[in-house]
Amino acid sequence: MSDLTQLAIENGLTPVGQRPKIGNYLKSFWARRSFAFALARFTLLASTARSRLGVIWIVLTPTMQVALYGLIFGLVLGDSRPDNFLPFLIIGVVFFQFISGSFVDGTKSITSNASIVRSLDFPRILLPFSSTFSQLGRFIGILPIALLALIVLGEPVGLSWFGVIGVVVLALIFAFGLAMLSARLTTDFTDLSQLIPFLNRLLFYSSGVFFSIEKLIDAYGFLEFLRWANPISVYLELARGSVVSGYESTPFEWIVGVIWAFGMLSTGFVFFWLAEEKYGRVN
Amino acid sequence: MAESTNTVGGENTLPPNANRTPKVIVDGAFVTYRVFASGKAIPENSNQSRVKKTGNLRTVEAVKDVSLVAYEGDTIGVIGSNGSGKTSLMKAIAGLNPIDQGSIFAASRPAFLGVGAAMLKDLSGEKNIILGGLAIGLSKNQVRNKLDEIIDFAGVRQFIELPMRTYSSGMVERLKFAIAQAREHEILIVDEALSVGDSEFRRRSEARMKQLASNAGTVFLVSHSLKSILATCNRAIWLDQGEIKMDGNALEVCEAYAEFAGTTIEE
Repeated sequence: MSDLTQLAIENGLTPVGQRPKIGNYLKSFWARRSFAFALARFTLLASTARSRLGVIWIVLTPTMQVALYGLIFGLVLGDSRPDNFLPFLIIGVVFFQFISGSFVDGTKSITSNASIVRSLDFPRILLPFSSTFSQLGRFIGILPIALLALIVLGEPVGLSWFGVIGVVVLALIFAFGLAMLSARLTTDFTDLSQLIPFLNRLLFYSSGVFFSIEKLIDAYGFLEFLRWANPISVYLELARGSVVSGYESTPFEWIVGVIWAFGMLSTGFVFFWLAEEKYGRVN
Repeated sequence: MAESTNTVGGENTLPPNANRTPKVIVDGAFVTYRVFASGKAIPENSNQSRVKKTGNLRTVEAVKDVSLVAYEGDTIGVIGSNGSGKTSLMKAIAGLNPIDQGSIFAASRPAFLGVGAAMLKDLSGEKNIILGGLAIGLSKNQVRNKLDEIIDFAGVRQFIELPMRTYSSGMVERLKFAIAQAREHEILIVDEALSVGDSEFRRRSEARMKQLASNAGTVFLVSHSLKSILATCNRAIWLDQGEIKMDGNALEVCEAYAEFAGTTIEE
């Protein structure tokens, strides 16, 4: 041990720039949460600040998506359309938008805030946390309208509708884990940000937003694994099981949803934390 | 100019003073950047070059074997030409930039007061103050209490409801500094902040800097203005090519640096 290190220890100085222990990290994360919530709220506001219609776009964009996909896929798919197509599509679009939006924003959460990451000291986990809550804010704005649309379309309201709260919670936990995972991955491999739009499309076409995975499995038995392998479609199915008539969720689907949510949360958290001291170097 | 005795770490490190309380100790710190770049512009001539080449990978030694002890009550000016490793060293001390070798110790987490708080250009100055205040670690109540003080310090009251994208660049910098100075720290690192704004704002921020320095235990001030270093600092460190070239009394170091750079202290 060098003289200077000796001197530091004698005077009770502590090392800087080292990764905090996981427990302390969680504590400081909790202590600074108001920054994350403010950042989430303000980012959401800023995203619509320059347009005349402002926050209305938060509702308008998914409505237009439903209209467009409804028209195109409704025509293209013809008779192989999923049953009860419009409610099926509405729920698919709003839930997909939430999860994939959290994924995409998560990838940018560190890089787009590089200036504060390079000059301020705070638990970096606040950034993917904030980007996920920004998406949640969007989602909470659109979900009641989607449900209202379902009622207008003649969907019967029942006790099963409460299930949707559970799906939102599970999807949120999953989305936050995914955001942490993707936040670190894009700082490790900058090239990944080029792949994001492609990955996002891939998820869109493989998650059963506008087609029924159930029907696919009926036709091709070997695709059975799709019931659990794609977490996004699991959450879409769970949500439909709660509010779209003709669809029902099995306990198996709920278990898979819970496993994906907490599995992704813990994996994402630990993976993100392991690089905590390095994010200051992002360029 | 008297070279200090070589005791520990880099060759120009001052020996520790047993009578004073150390607040920051840097022990043989290295900061190395790895950058992907292609091109053939660099002649492969020297061993002294700070840029090492392996295929497309360039390794830049931004900070090389720096050791120093900063004490309670020290206000240390950090000088050196552009790219001499000043900011890299300061960020390493603040724990924002990991070091590749050596160690850095501090009595409490040093705060880096650079010009770069959280800014959302499409939102009003007021919302940005709230966000920036929370970002530097103030509580919601503290932000509310300091709001007026920050607005007045930055001198942007008239425009506080307008989105920040409508601000002039000077106003943005002033607002950032005004937010950053709102919290007091035991160990403070100020990077070039005094160079922003007009002369009236500069006077105000220099006064605030002195106040912060007297409240803080230890201050590092990175600046190209030898004048403002002499006005605020009792000690100065001259960095050259990532190494400490001189460490000691502010006036002596500034004079030596001015002579080296071919300028005068007044500039």
